Amino acid sequence: MTPLLTIEHLETLLHTGAAPVYAVDGLTLSILPGETFALLGESGSGKSMTALSIMRLLPDAGEIVAGQIRINDIDMLQLPETAMRKIRGKRISMIFQEPMLSLNPVLTIAEQIEEVLKQHFNLSRQATDARILELLEQVGIPDASRRMHEYPFQFSGGMKQRAMIAMALAGEPELLIADEPTTALDVTIQAQVLDLMRKIQQRNHMAILLITHDLGVVAEMAQRVAVMYAGEIVETAPRDAFFDHPAHPYSQQLFASLPGKHKRDQTLTVIQGAVPSLAQQFSGCRFADRCNQAMEICRQTIPQWNAISDGHWVRCHLLQDEVHQPAQSSIAPAPQETAAARPTMEKPPQLLQVTDLQVYFPIRAGLFKRTVGHVKAVDGVSLSIAAGKTLALVGESGCGKTTIGKSILQLIKPTGGSVRFKEQELVGLPRSQLRQLRSRFQIIFQDPYSSLNPRMRIIDILEEGMNALGVESSRRSANDDKPTASRHDEIDVLLQRVGLPAEVKWRFPHEFSGGQRQRIAIARALAVHPELLICDEPTSALDVSVQAQILNVLKSLQKNLGLAFLFITHNIAVVEYLADEVAVMYLGRIVERGRIDEVLSDPKHPYTQALLSSVPQITPHPDRRTVAVTGDLPSPASPPAGCHFHPRCPHAMPVCKQSYPLASSFSTTHTTHCYLYPQESDSNQYEH
Amino acid sequence: MSFSPIILWTDALIYLLVVSVLCFMRYVRQHEHMLTPWKRVGHSTSGMSALTILLFFLIAGLLDSVHFRPALEHKNEENLTVYSVEVLSVLDILVTPLRTQVEKTYSAPLATHLYAKETIQLPDGEQIRAFARLQHGGAHLQNPETEYNGDIAWRSAQGMALGLAIWSVLTAVIILGLARGHPKRIPQRIAAIWRRSTEIPWHAILVTLFILSMLIGWSTMLASHYHVLGTDKVGQDILYQSLKSIRVALVIGTLTTLIMLPFALLLGIAAGYFRGWIDDVIQYLYTTLNSIPSVLLIAAAVLMMQVYIETHPELFETVASRADLRLLFLCIILGITSWTSLCRLLRGEAMKLRELEYIQAAHAFGVSHWRIISRHIMPNVMHLVLIATVMDFSGLVLAEAVLSYVGVGVDPSMISFGTMINSARLEMAREPMVWWALLAAFGFMFTLVLSANLFADAVQHALDPRTRTLARMTLPPRNSVEETAFLPDSPAPASPLPKPPRHP
Repeated sequence: MTPLLTIEHLETLLHTGAAPVYAVDGLTLSILPGETFALLGESGSGKSMTALSIMRLLPDAGEIVAGQIRINDIDMLQLPETAMRKIRGKRISMIFQEPMLSLNPVLTIAEQIEEVLKQHFNLSRQATDARILELLEQVGIPDASRRMHEYPFQFSGGMKQRAMIAMALAGEPELLIADEPTTALDVTIQAQVLDLMRKIQQRNHMAILLITHDLGVVAEMAQRVAVMYAGEIVETAPRDAFFDHPAHPYSQQLFASLPGKHKRDQTLTVIQGAVPSLAQQFSGCRFADRCNQAMEICRQTIPQWNAISDGHWVRCHLLQDEVHQPAQSSIAPAPQETAAARPTMEKPPQLLQVTDLQVYFPIRAGLFKRTVGHVKAVDGVSLSIAAGKTLALVGESGCGKTTIGKSILQLIKPTGGSVRFKEQELVGLPRSQLRQLRSRFQIIFQDPYSSLNPRMRIIDILEEGMNALGVESSRRSANDDKPTASRHDEIDVLLQRVGLPAEVKWRFPHEFSGGQRQRIAIARALAVHPELLICDEPTSALDVSVQAQILNVLKSLQKNLGLAFLFITHNIAVVEYLADEVAVMYLGRIVERGRIDEVLSDPKHPYTQALLSSVPQITPHPDRRTVAVTGDLPSPASPPAGCHFHPRCPHAMPVCKQSYPLASSFSTTHTTHCYLYPQESDSNQYEH
Repeated sequence: MSFSPIILWTDALIYLLVVSVLCFMRYVRQHEHMLTPWKRVGHSTSGMSALTILLFFLIAGLLDSVHFRPALEHKNEENLTVYSVEVLSVLDILVTPLRTQVEKTYSAPLATHLYAKETIQLPDGEQIRAFARLQHGGAHLQNPETEYNGDIAWRSAQGMALGLAIWSVLTAVIILGLARGHPKRIPQRIAAIWRRSTEIPWHAILVTLFILSMLIGWSTMLASHYHVLGTDKVGQDILYQSLKSIRVALVIGTLTTLIMLPFALLLGIAAGYFRGWIDDVIQYLYTTLNSIPSVLLIAAAVLMMQVYIETHPELFETVASRADLRLLFLCIILGITSWTSLCRLLRGEAMKLRELEYIQAAHAFGVSHWRIISRHIMPNVMHLVLIATVMDFSGLVLAEAVLSYVGVGVDPSMISFGTMINSARLEMAREPMVWWALLAAFGFMFTLVLSANLFADAVQHALDPRTRTLARMTLPPRNSVEETAFLPDSPAPASPLPKPPRHP
């Protein structure tokens, strides 16, 4: 079969700063018609630059300096710009990561699709409308004839991405470049969009170049995989070969750094260091500095392609015949934490007890800003965390997870309910009294880039909490039996604890990578010796290998300092790795909670089941139940009557529409709220 | 004593400003982490050239802010020294010929005759209409038609030589200062400046200084016998007026900003940070203030002030102190009316910042509101403040011109760019046109505002810790991959980026 797209020795330069950066450096790949080719890599590896080079849509600073890009034997780099416009959208289309930003907010969906049709086809008015309708129905937009004339703001995130796909399909392209198409979407929506892409591909026999960092998405979608590292491809293989025997040490280490249930009692393998600067000239393997199997030759000679099996190629010295050795065995298993060391039987005292917490945001309208309604962001949530334990709060975006975290800290005043920290009621406490308790509970935020003040040095950032709360050096944790040290020594200890050298305290936050900033944020929270850390998606903005570092830090802190975590996340793999208990949230309420093994291995609530089955899996389970969820998360301003989940639930019954279900218990710890199970009459907290 | 020092209100405020700037510099010098970003201001070529020019303006303005009353020759009945009612400044003394050599009316730059014909009575009683000779400009020439060009050329050459001498002295001082008293280092420093490899762009500073000292030398040599920039309607030297205007412009630009800043900063940040009823009150306040035409408000206030001044003549010893109080009052009124736009800008920025996670983290630490505002919000809005105030600076200088036109600006006896432009405005319609007054005011104002803008740009750039100000060394051209494959031993060039530290 002749390939649809061939890229040979593509080199793309970015002229930023003093030295040009080789964002893509000698990339060669080919995509067959109708195939899904996944380009996998961490941020900064040059994936998106490759996509933009193919479309010839590089930013002004970018320049293609060498190589060939051919689509059906037309060399696209030789074409004039006018001819390129006939290729873009017609033969190659692209969908972007952020559906909120890639649609023009002042044009209707129909007008935006029409733009593509006008460019490539000569259609009559009626034919255009019919085609737009057909496209929108094809991507599964309900009531398309009405919704095509709506504006992007009237569409939800998933719907916007569907509209983007419809726009990309308008020109009937032979190749669709999908640049992280589902990264900004929730798991259930991601499952819908990936399913849609698969269906469309089969129907239109279209090739897809899927750019992603998510191994799960690759496993579900791709036929062939290429791993990109520092501007070049280091391994290319058919999917099954890649997932069975990843050959390059980088691929192996990526797999090893994924969190998961089977790694619960281990530290995750981390990839040391950072992606090297691409402005330099490499004289050896680009991965040599971070590789755990690096040899002398790796630093001196650039590795060549080695075939392992049919279609499986690797750029690594290890796999040259003479030095070949079974790669899997060489990864040293991470040190085992003895499971016995974790006291699981005795019930430790409750550290945090949240009862019937409500956070309503008023919706105001009119001249005098009368309250016309409430957004019930958190609507009667109860949870408790024991000292030294981790409770994971799982849910999709917009379900109120973050609001719970902030209202426990009293950063948002709760509307009702109670938050008791060690028998001390926090709700309604005056600011001055709350201040005295502030050092006991701290928060780590999601975005490491906005959580550190760019104009303060690290030492000032770390000292802020100490100064504000008057934390004395003498109040050190018990297992730290050094004598009282000065403030500076204490900061050094803090930085060491999160794995940073002490001299970084003189620097400013912009000099650090995302993972390092997140560690500084953790150190800042630790500076006041908290007993409870609320982690608000601390790893969702980070790459897999960096995520592993942060999770390791958190785990070692829990072990050494006995911290309790409220871990807010949407990443099930992280929950499996870290949490002791889990609470699943949907639209402001907890629908199911229990110990981690109870909930994750035997989910009871249909939403939990759907959520778990939507997560893309690396290892295919033959007995995996797929629970399809349709539709989007409803607005919390007007939640559906009865059970909030019933419009999307596959098991919805008439009773579900009438009242919110009561709790059903399966064990002392595992409860859910669903009419599928016998209702308990004693629990009536949701009857408003 | 041959003079009696006078400290006008604006003088006092200027001294206060200078002292506080000096104290701030001292404080910064003692704190290494605060000094580093300020040192980076010195890396900007345009910024340092602009600073050189600004310094010239500042020196002129400061010299013009040291006021005194000279003693008169006669004594009063009690044999006490009588001081002149005229208040002079050090600048006035330095440029005495410019101040005293007054012509009858308009004369073009470097002219020897008046710009308009007038009736002259010849010694024999006959009357003719002709261009009269100037009393001072070119008065030393016996026969202007033949001697003029030669004289101008000769004096220009002398001026250039003087300029070169000034520049040489300044350069020598700078190089000696750089070498810090080690004579051996001098050639090395000169070479470094020539190669432009010094950290502070001394080459740019020296070039700017060269141009400045040439201009100063040239105008010094010519100004003693000619009117370099011509004269105005009442025959006053335009160059003198321009120099005197610098102080008024600086006073209006800086004092108004100082009066405006506390309002804008406190109210803007408080509105954006606290939200709620505080935000409502502040918003109503500035919306109301903004909807009153500011010229009306200023006119009303200035007229009230004028009435007060006129009914209390006993409060003012001299004309200058009266004019000065009016200037100060103008600054205050302009400051009170012009804080709204910056306030609105800061409110928006504070609203954005308060939602950021580092502020949330500070809340979680129980940091007090005042500390959050001063440590987290203030430093992150300073770039806006800096840009807005420098932009306002030019706007304020122009506002002064507009207000002087309406008659509510500075005192008519005070020379300012506003009054200069205002009087030049009418002369634009004359045939032949009188262009030099407007051009001089324009040229001085433009240079002042542009260099203030460029310098503020450099400061803002340097104070942002995320930017690098020194250009890094560029890499040698990269070899092809094949070439390096054959040369396995060739060391890779060091990465120019400081690599992020590796951590276990």
